Amino acid sequence: MTTQLKDKPPLGKIIVITSGKGGVGKTTSAAAISAGLAKLGHKTVVIDFDVGLRNLDMIMGCERRVVFDFINVIQGDARLKQALIKDKRLETLFVLPTSQTRDKDALTKEGVEAVLNELKEEFDYIICDSPAGIERGAQLAMYFADEAVVVTNPEVSSVRDSDRVLGLLASKTHRAEKGASEPVRPRVLITRHDQGRIDKGEMMTVEDVLEILAVPLLGIVPESQAVLRASNVGVPVILDEPSAAGKAYEDAVARLTGEDVEMKIESEKRPGFIQRIFGRSA
Amino acid sequence: MSLFGFSLKARRPKSAQTAKDRLQLLLAHERSAGSETPDYLPQLQYDLIAVIRKYMNVSDDDVEIKMERDDDVSSLEINIEMPATSKARPAKR
Ligand SMILES: Nc1ncnc2c1ncn2[C@@H]1O[C@H](COP(=O)(O)OP(=O)(O)OP(=O)(O)O)[C@@H](O)[C@H]1O
Ligand SMILES: [Mg+2]
Repeated sequence: MTTQLKDKPPLGKIIVITSGKGGVGKTTSAAAISAGLAKLGHKTVVIDFDVGLRNLDMIMGCERRVVFDFINVIQGDARLKQALIKDKRLETLFVLPTSQTRDKDALTKEGVEAVLNELKEEFDYIICDSPAGIERGAQLAMYFADEAVVVTNPEVSSVRDSDRVLGLLASKTHRAEKGASEPVRPRVLITRHDQGRIDKGEMMTVEDVLEILAVPLLGIVPESQAVLRASNVGVPVILDEPSAAGKAYEDAVARLTGEDVEMKIESEKRPGFIQRIFGRSA
Repeated sequence: MSLFGFSLKARRPKSAQTAKDRLQLLLAHERSAGSETPDYLPQLQYDLIAVIRKYMNVSDDDVEIKMERDDDVSSLEINIEMPATSKARPAKR
């Protein structure tokens, strides 16, 4: 399952990285997950849906190479092929940046659908980095998804917003509206997990969060200084120097591809110390 | 941690400096171009294709435009995939 055969049709799976609340780690996760999938040999594209607040290009380190963007393609001003930026580190990784100058109204459902359909012909995984909120931009990012990664911090407003987003995934998506036999498959990715604060009773535990949200867990990413470093240098944390956060994302990626990886809590502060909390993955 | 603003452990360039450099470069470009950054590029592309078509048969997909921004210069790279010589005949003018 690590290399892609040339003549095998692409998987064409659309995964939205969403959260409701802002600043919880969507873009960090979208970058890490897409790089992780590409590293396994899956042809992957990551799309920035945060129109007007382009950031994914910086996190991916391709900001100097943006010529055309998602909106140019939707409006017919550029071909998709011309807007896709090929990653310089991984052959199988591509970025579709968004516009810094337009606003969310430049996105149309038909335009998004056309671009996604074209991408499906060529890519195994299409990762959609959603903007914060639950408005138009966020709804369009999730609308055509097959699966959803709901990024959640163990903190009240984040969990509450995640619950709201889970409701939207179940009602305001293409799969929901056409009554597809399989609804969008949601999984929670807990990020900025801080075992020290949990031990002190200051932060909710993973079990607490899962009990409230009642959806399977995709992974637990620790609070990690490696994330800031990686964003400084424009390298997805999974491709930067080895770190607990990078490892946690690697496990999450393996689970996304259907592997059964034991759930662990990595911690940056106590390297090597791994607390096992579940006997199996969600 | 150092009280003097530097640390003896810093062997490679600090990532924060890289972040600052990247931002300065990017923002200089975004500001100087106002809010219109690459908006002339689609038109440039159409015009280029129109000119090239006067001489050879190329489709829109055969023209690729790449940009690389740097501190003092930016470069625009235009790649045209030319049709095989046997098929390369001037389009009607
Ligand atoms: N595991 C982590 N450890 C430490 N810092 C993190 C972690 N994950 C994300 N961050 C930091 O949190 C901030 C927000 O991250 P990010 O931009 O990925 O969030 P976002 O959900 O995409 O935000 P927005 O809603 O604005 O799009 C960044 O400064 C990032 O470096
Ligand atoms: Mg973001």
